Amino acid sequence: MKATVYVTIKQNVLDPQGTAVQGALHSMGFDEVGKVRIGKYLELQLDTADRGEAETRLKAMCEKLLANTVIEDYRFELEG
Amino acid sequence: MKFAVLVFPGSNCDIDCYKAVEDTIGQPVDFVWHTATDLSAYDCILVPGGFSYGDYLRCGAIAQFTSVMGEVRKAAEAGKYVLGICNGFQVLTEAGLLPGALLRNSNLKFRCHPALLEVVNNETPFTNQYAKGEIVDIPIAHGEGNYYCDEKTLAELEANNQVVFRYKAGTNPNGSVNDIAGICNENGNVVGMMPHPERAVDQLLGSEDGKRMFTSILNAWRGKHGAAVNG
Repeated sequence: MKATVYVTIKQNVLDPQGTAVQGALHSMGFDEVGKVRIGKYLELQLDTADRGEAETRLKAMCEKLLANTVIEDYRFELEG
Repeated sequence: MKFAVLVFPGSNCDIDCYKAVEDTIGQPVDFVWHTATDLSAYDCILVPGGFSYGDYLRCGAIAQFTSVMGEVRKAAEAGKYVLGICNGFQVLTEAGLLPGALLRNSNLKFRCHPALLEVVNNETPFTNQYAKGEIVDIPIAHGEGNYYCDEKTLAELEANNQVVFRYKAGTNPNGSVNDIAGICNENGNVVGMMPHPERAVDQLLGSEDGKRMFTSILNAWRGKHGAAVNG
């Protein structure tokens, strides 16, 4: 089973990288760009066929390691 | 009094910490590898700066799960002194021993220069040799030292006197909330700070204002153990 995990900075937390990229895009003439937020994309290959179990364990992985829930949100998708 | 300096793959201020303990207070000190499973012999644990595990995923994220960090948790609960410097501070926040998190510096630059700090709380075991409100010169060297916590946590930190150091007004180098440079836990025995006191222990290094953090620790330990108190 393949899991895709998205980790993003919480809306109320400043994202200096996103702000810098937004500035760069504006200076290039892409004036339509509003807010830019940068996050992480992770692909995990899971050796299990049990979807429920996979979800429970992915949640634990996200809470414990993949995201720091003080500053980040996460969501994941499972396929296969 | 016995000191441990933790060493993770990627730590790079471990030797500075070790030498600082030797040079400032001359107490026994050991390097302790991240695989260690017993820290009971130590009175103070220094979590040094550097780039543990290459800063992969997030600074300090992977180091928090090493076996030695389980022991640091026990030591912190037992009231032993734990000081996290720079990456050590990041490790302690990731491990949940201190609240909040360290974000990228707001200007996205790695800032490496002397920094003026205000001693906000001089009642911790790490700062008892400073005067409250004193301005000290201790260098910083970080790209992710932008201390962040939510408003509720910030209010608690301020109310409980858990802010130990602030960057001098108008000199905040990284965008941290309330100019925070260092904080402690509720009991005061765990401190995390972005500036490097171990790099400020001799005038040859530009400042010796960091020295008193080490004499403070020894002083606190002696006070607690009924030994002669260091000047």
